[in-house]
Amino acid sequence: MPDRLLGSTEAQIGASRPRARSRALLAGRGRYLDDINLPRQVHAAFLRSPVPAAVIDRLEVSAAARSPGVVAVLTWADLAPVCQAWRTLSAAFPGLAAPEQTPLANGRVTSVGEPIALVLAASRALAEDAVAAIELDWRERPAVGVATAALAADAPLVHPELGSNLAWRFAAETGDVAAAFASAATVVEERFVFSRHTGVTLEPRGILAAFEPSEGRLEVWASHQMPHQLQLHLGELLELAMSQVRVTASDVGGGFGVKMHVYPDEVAVCAAARLLGRPVKFVADRLESLMSDIHAREHVIEARLAVDAEGRLLAIDAKGVQGIGSHSVFPRSSTVETLMAMRTLGAPYGLAAARAQADVVFQNKAMTGQYRSVGHPIACAVTERLVDMAARARGEDPLAMRRRNYLEPGDGRCRTALGLEVFDLSHVACLDRLEALMGLPALRQSVAARRQAGEVLGLGFAAFVEMTATGSEVYGMAGVPVAAADTIQLAVEPDGSLKASASLSELGQGTDEGLVQVLADAVGVAPERIGLEMGRTASGPHGGGAWASRGAAIGGEAAWHAGRKLRGQILAAAAALLQTPAAALDLVAGCIVDAQRHERITLAALARTVHFAGHEFPQGTLPQLQVAHHYRREADIAIPTNGIQAALVQLCPETGLVRCLQHWVVHDCGRIINPLLAGEQVRGGVVQGIGAALFEHCRYDAQANFLDGSLADYLVPMAMEMPDIAVGHVETLYRGSTLGAKGAGEAGTCAASAAVLNAVNDALAAVGGGRLAEIPLTPPLVLAALNDRSNAG
Amino acid sequence: MKPAPFHYLAPATVEAAVALLAEHGDEAAVLAGGQSLMPMLALRLTAPAILVDINRIGALERQSIDAAGYSFGALVRHADAWAAVRADDPAHLLARALPHVAHQAIRHRGTICGSLALADPAAELPACAVCLDAEIELAGPAGRRRLTADAFFEGLYTTARRPDELVVGVHVPRLGPDTRFGFDEVARRHGDYAILGLAARALVVDGCIKDCRLVYFGAGARPVVATAAQAALKGAALDDGHAHGRAAAAVMGELAIDPDLRYGATYKRQLATALLKRIIGQWKAPQ
Repeated sequence: MPDRLLGSTEAQIGASRPRARSRALLAGRGRYLDDINLPRQVHAAFLRSPVPAAVIDRLEVSAAARSPGVVAVLTWADLAPVCQAWRTLSAAFPGLAAPEQTPLANGRVTSVGEPIALVLAASRALAEDAVAAIELDWRERPAVGVATAALAADAPLVHPELGSNLAWRFAAETGDVAAAFASAATVVEERFVFSRHTGVTLEPRGILAAFEPSEGRLEVWASHQMPHQLQLHLGELLELAMSQVRVTASDVGGGFGVKMHVYPDEVAVCAAARLLGRPVKFVADRLESLMSDIHAREHVIEARLAVDAEGRLLAIDAKGVQGIGSHSVFPRSSTVETLMAMRTLGAPYGLAAARAQADVVFQNKAMTGQYRSVGHPIACAVTERLVDMAARARGEDPLAMRRRNYLEPGDGRCRTALGLEVFDLSHVACLDRLEALMGLPALRQSVAARRQAGEVLGLGFAAFVEMTATGSEVYGMAGVPVAAADTIQLAVEPDGSLKASASLSELGQGTDEGLVQVLADAVGVAPERIGLEMGRTASGPHGGGAWASRGAAIGGEAAWHAGRKLRGQILAAAAALLQTPAAALDLVAGCIVDAQRHERITLAALARTVHFAGHEFPQGTLPQLQVAHHYRREADIAIPTNGIQAALVQLCPETGLVRCLQHWVVHDCGRIINPLLAGEQVRGGVVQGIGAALFEHCRYDAQANFLDGSLADYLVPMAMEMPDIAVGHVETLYRGSTLGAKGAGEAGTCAASAAVLNAVNDALAAVGGGRLAEIPLTPPLVLAALNDRSNAG
Repeated sequence: MKPAPFHYLAPATVEAAVALLAEHGDEAAVLAGGQSLMPMLALRLTAPAILVDINRIGALERQSIDAAGYSFGALVRHADAWAAVRADDPAHLLARALPHVAHQAIRHRGTICGSLALADPAAELPACAVCLDAEIELAGPAGRRRLTADAFFEGLYTTARRPDELVVGVHVPRLGPDTRFGFDEVARRHGDYAILGLAARALVVDGCIKDCRLVYFGAGARPVVATAAQAALKGAALDDGHAHGRAAAAVMGELAIDPDLRYGATYKRQLATALLKRIIGQWKAPQ
């Protein structure tokens, strides 16, 4: 790191600073999507499919159109003249089946909740009244719900024109898997079931669209993770130049991957605004959120692990099915989940051979998509559970097993058996740190004593590798227009404060604060003197937004270089004015100082001169004091991060309830820009992982009818049920960048459910119960396993 | 999630409220604390033409605690009732049960009588009312009447309240000093409706269960009295493990638990015996 500030007490990078914006949000002064209102706006409500699969025979909206306060009732036939249909295509997934998708149903429906018609009225309540007056006749078709049944010969077809429910098939193999298993001293195998859950953002999805016919301009406000991507696709679908589409994301109350897609209902709202020439607002209610936000996971995986006589892992072999719902979500495709679930299998360990196969299938359910830590928690749970089972089969400490098998390339780099390039890892250091953080020997004694006293306790571990900050190769080579680069624009205002604009997005995670800290150090001003704007396509540079834990690793790097560029401009301008070599000057806390740190001129005075008295500069000097830096990493498709988590759980032998007593995480995300915010990212992620392990489930019945339409039915993890989460860090810098930061946003989710799953199984084993490999671990499942004596002895 | 259109009326007296109910009958819904009704309206699970808001009827805010027992008017909130009962008898069934009713914010708005009138079979208070032999007081065009809780609860969200009647209060008789209470429920998260719960009391004299009442909730369409289990315990010593076993067996036999998509009858039966064991433990503890 070429800067004296880093590591010094003056540095902002590395300082725990609360988010400046939190003050407004906590005071109720946030400006979320539903806080924004426009003159003449109308409110949208959708008629959504009540059945999983049907052909629409009749859709009669005339009565609804006469309902009080109704401005229009629109169907696909109305929108088609101004809006394209789309297909989710990606060269990254050869053979990906891509059925056509329309914003409103085109003659048939393929899942409960699919939008059929759009009512626009003076209020949401009036719009809902009119929805009830729409006449809909349909013929129900047989539906496919269970993913493992979707490829059966007699399975109903979600999209008959495709001829199959297979969306895509993954297969990868390295080494001689058969030989590895043939030679293994120990083989363990398990069938894993990962149910559907979803993101449950505090602020639901929402969009407000206004079309100005005189300018042909569409202006959109959206609660979205990537306004720039939305701008691009709205332009494509509505046949407008991107310069004619403006998207603004104001305060966004959580994303987690839910808000990174192009949703049919949101496109319908924009098309309706264009058609009507009036602003249209849609805010999903909780019922709509639960049934139409992307769902996540839904895998069934049969996997086995081969271990030699010395306890070295030889090979992993997995075969999976993922149910992605009715369509592969636009534009990135739902198949990324399976890709990552398969590619990250066994990632923490050195394996000579590996085989992974998975069928990704359509079903008559809501679309799935990229949810926090895409695919990784699946691979982590499979791998870590098998490692625990192998350790138990060998009668050894599960941590000793991990320590022996970690793949650490040291100063070099290598590939995991399933093809991830890994480097700059610190598995052993993280494990050492975890043991210290837990006070492991004493903790184990305490667990043993409490077990003696009759408690059913379990301690579980899960090591992980999380691939972060995805580079441009992934979507670029797939032909999918997703920005993996980010840009920061930076300028000096006349009072010497800085105006910054970033292509990244703030969803509550604190990326804004981290970028300000980097800019402060890079330029040499106080963070309070920097005004950062994000989420506006009209004024901000195009870029990635929020995905794949990119804020620090990509955004931070863009901010650093933009800041250094501006600093160079400032010092050059000061040098010209002061008639001093620039190299003899420095910029510290908003002052230009000399080598002895004596103040020569404040940045404010310099900026004032540049803006209002430019004639003071020598002839031929025209200071710009504004820069942009577009950062794209030129090496490494993704930056691997690593860590380990541990969970202590207590099982109730009478009810099967699982109580999380304590959770620990040690994570290595390279340089930590803000330890406070990094720690909270990990904790929030852990809560979502525990939610997946114990509570969250988007339930459908066997006919694919949706069962969880409210937060009384869909169990979100709540504060009362969450344990204390201790977080420790190891900082192994990424050597491919200046700051050395890696992604931090998803690691918490990556391994939390695996750690809980292992902890519950540890508790079950301690009392001679059965094994569990299905999440969520519901109380009936746990009680049945507690009472299962078939594995006893 | 916006309610269907309704007319909103806010009468100032019980008589005026009853007159409105007499006029509109099944078309009307009574709004007290609104903690169940408002979400049901928003989800359009119910769509009454008339909403009769009784919150302006000051007379319904009264609660009294005296030698006869507890009386709660129709506007007494869970939180206020809990404070009053705790001050009188911290071991009382209601003192034990009320903290399990949803969350604190909800308990500050929701009412005791509202919970009873709604008759959600998974809710705590209907089972407590049956266990305590509480009487529900109804006002109608012909005057007032009282029904025992057992007679009041008929089925899933249905009670013996006539469409022209208003629940104006609940009366909980004071039980003798030898009464011991027990309450527990199994829920995945704090504040959730229970998967299964048990409200219970026993008359214990000289270590012997002279009489007892076991009322399960979340077990059927209304509070379920486990009469066979009660019979198995009656007359037994409090620490008679064989009697406990007979009672557990009786519970397994007599609880005709409705099939539950999420938890299944088998699991709920296991919970029923676990809860019974816990309740007997509570009876044994000094109260």
